[in-house]
Amino acid sequence: MKKNRWIWITLLLSLAAVVMSVRPAEAQTPFPPVSDDEVNAVAKEMYCPVCENIPLDVCPTQACAQWRELIRLKLSEGWSEGQIKEYFANQYGDRVLEEPPRRGLHWLVYILPPTFFIIGLVIVWRVFRTSRKGAALPGAPVETISPAEESDVLRRIEEDLQRRERDS
Amino acid sequence: MNEPVEKLTENQPRRLPRWVVGLAFFILLAFLVLIAWGLRRAQQGPIVIGQKVPYFTLHTFEGEQIKTADLLGKVVVLNFWASWCKPCEQEAADLQRAYEFYAPSGQVVFLGVDWVDTEPEALGYLDQFNITYPNGPDLRTKISQIFRTTGVPETYFIDPEGNLAYVKKGPFLSINEIMAVIDPLIP
Repeated sequence: MKKNRWIWITLLLSLAAVVMSVRPAEAQTPFPPVSDDEVNAVAKEMYCPVCENIPLDVCPTQACAQWRELIRLKLSEGWSEGQIKEYFANQYGDRVLEEPPRRGLHWLVYILPPTFFIIGLVIVWRVFRTSRKGAALPGAPVETISPAEESDVLRRIEEDLQRRERDS
Repeated sequence: MNEPVEKLTENQPRRLPRWVVGLAFFILLAFLVLIAWGLRRAQQGPIVIGQKVPYFTLHTFEGEQIKTADLLGKVVVLNFWASWCKPCEQEAADLQRAYEFYAPSGQVVFLGVDWVDTEPEALGYLDQFNITYPNGPDLRTKISQIFRTTGVPETYFIDPEGNLAYVKKGPFLSINEIMAVIDPLIP
């Protein structure tokens, strides 16, 4: 009987120890843990207006540390990278994003460079084509002539050369 | 042997269609206008004393919208702060005391603008210093861009006519310093 009592007490104490060891751990992690690498993967594509030109993942100020913690919180709540960036852009302006968002006047950043590049290519191609034709017969477009006309041209050239030799 | 050769003809350069030339000029002109607009905006200086302050809306942490257009006839004290800003802590209690002093008269409105901050820490800061006057985030940094702030803390005093009356860069050292600015502005 006494032996049974001790077994029960031991079991109850063990159970209590297990429960006590588990509960604080549950309280400390209300959200799934998010690693620094996951936070920095989002942060490296953002900039803090307080410390300009320093990516958020390496910015040492307290403001940036708070921003990184906010990213960690949002990630733990299941937000996607896009949602987090959108949230930060709405809160602090588009300038916090490394890449301008595809909306409004920002579209010019994506449209103008390739447009100018294509226009440049067309201009270069046209100049190149004109210069090639110009090299064949400078300054004029060309068309073919018959063999009879060709011999006439050659004869006139011969005569012209002979006349020049006589004059000199 | 007798292969055809090429013959000279009149030089007739090809021309681009008129609409292409027109479109190219239009795009170039639009681009120049855009650059000019951007440069003009970038070179605009801060609001100077006596100048009319553009109207704006502050969205408070409580979800209220405060439009400065509705505050004409009152002195507005606009304080830019952040929870990570240590000098802001120096003046927080004095600003709250000044707010409590002027609140019964209804002639002075205190507004806090939380600049580039995170909401949980900002709310913690307001709680820590028992700040009860309206505070809200500087959404998309639009308000700070109006004043071209250079950091925090900065406090702007707007007179009852809506003109900028005084600017304080850095923390106030006492409540008397705050009151010395406000009192002459009260009609």
